[in-house]
Amino acid sequence: MKKSTLIVMAVVVVLFLLSWVLKASALQPEQGSYILRGFLVTFAAFLTLAVMSFLYQDNPFYKFAEHLFVGVSAAFWMCMGFWTTIVQNLIPRLSTSLADYFMVPQRPEGLNLFFYTPVILGILLLMRLSPRGGWISRWPLAFIVGTTAGLNFIRYLRSDFIKQISSTFVPLLGTQWEGIGPFLSNLDLSASGQLVLLLSNWVVFLGVFTGLIYFFFSKEHKGAFGVGSRVGIWILMITFGASFGYTVMGRISLLVGRITFLFGTWLELI
Amino acid sequence: MFKRRIPLFILAFVGTLLIVSVFIPPMENLGEDFTLFFDIIAVFAFFLGGGNLVRIHFGKLRRRKKDWGFSIVTLVAFFFMLTIGLLKVSSVGGVWNIPLLGIGDPAAIAASPTTEGSWFQETFNYVINPLQSTMYALLAFFVASASYRAFRAKNREATLLLLAAFIILLGRTPFGMELTRWVPESFSVLQIPNMAIWIMNSPNLAGQRAILIGIGLGVVSMSLRLILGIERSYLGEDRG
Repeated sequence: MKKSTLIVMAVVVVLFLLSWVLKASALQPEQGSYILRGFLVTFAAFLTLAVMSFLYQDNPFYKFAEHLFVGVSAAFWMCMGFWTTIVQNLIPRLSTSLADYFMVPQRPEGLNLFFYTPVILGILLLMRLSPRGGWISRWPLAFIVGTTAGLNFIRYLRSDFIKQISSTFVPLLGTQWEGIGPFLSNLDLSASGQLVLLLSNWVVFLGVFTGLIYFFFSKEHKGAFGVGSRVGIWILMITFGASFGYTVMGRISLLVGRITFLFGTWLELI
Repeated sequence: MFKRRIPLFILAFVGTLLIVSVFIPPMENLGEDFTLFFDIIAVFAFFLGGGNLVRIHFGKLRRRKKDWGFSIVTLVAFFFMLTIGLLKVSSVGGVWNIPLLGIGDPAAIAASPTTEGSWFQETFNYVINPLQSTMYALLAFFVASASYRAFRAKNREATLLLLAAFIILLGRTPFGMELTRWVPESFSVLQIPNMAIWIMNSPNLAGQRAILIGIGLGVVSMSLRLILGIERSYLGEDRG
């Protein structure tokens, strides 16, 4: 390891210890276990800065944070799965004594030995770690893929296909059409006005239609079909722009949250 | 036979059964049971992932591969979190509870692992949460540099993308609201926040819907390919 890296590491360790002491002493009057609390806040700040240091370049602090994240997250999901699915949903269906041990309520319908099937399939899945018997993990994998295929076949047909199409057929003259006279007498551009609502219905109907034309590749995009396809691209571009803007906002609000933590909870400057 | 035909049969049987169950009232709950089966097997998949992680990092450590020191961090973090999570270690007001080892209050075994005061929850609050949100927040910087390249209004399509994103971004800030506050109520759709709402509810909705219909058709056709045994890539390359 380079000498300069060692110096930087030493400085970071000293700053960490200093921050821990200061934080703990600041918390002392308010909370019990202030030494632990001071450590946790300092460690969270260190991890935040370690991840942000990647903006400069890849470095040992970022790698530390990255490896820590991998280890902790893997164990987190394993524990959550164990306590929420195995203990809460599986054990009460398989064993009364184990349910009593874990203090989970018994199922009103009693035991269901049918639930040994996922346990057996789960154990077969773990065989993937074995070099010789790894092929047997294809059975539970087939079950997982089969369940996904069977459930999604109906679910997507209902929610992503039929429901989306039926929602597209909106009244193109508005829901409160009272004739051309009343319509022309009220043509303001207020956000809840009839003209804007009418325009929205037209945009949704034509937008979905032209968007689908763009995705139809069995016919060359020429002539009237080409015009529809081009309008479809415009609608899709607006969609991508809106999604992009929305995502950026989400990320920025997370960044604001981290900066608030650093300057508020950790440094107590704001 | 065992390596290839049985998985194909299991998939076809389970997939068909779940589709048929929708049309037969006594079998309606089958979908719920199978979803639970799926969740239970998924937990075993988490264990498989954890086991694989340990295997890879122990291997890296044993062979002293590049950055092997960081593998120690991963392994220590993994076993620490696993221990406190599975044993439900907690200490509230200086009183220790490790119910699975018979230490402290035995009733603590019934508490949720994410109860305030449990070490598991504290580790989530002070390690996972900061790391996760900073990782995502970091993307704001990369998105900024990516948007500089993407948002140059080179043609009509790029201009539309730029305008939509700009209005959405501006419409959700107080600055956007102040900028067009002078617009009269009878033209309120031209106020930037209202424009952002209109874009989200009209052209964006239309585009999302066209994409969703495409996804729906794609998922249905892929499900059929799997159930009929046409799509076999999930079996891997070993054709034994």
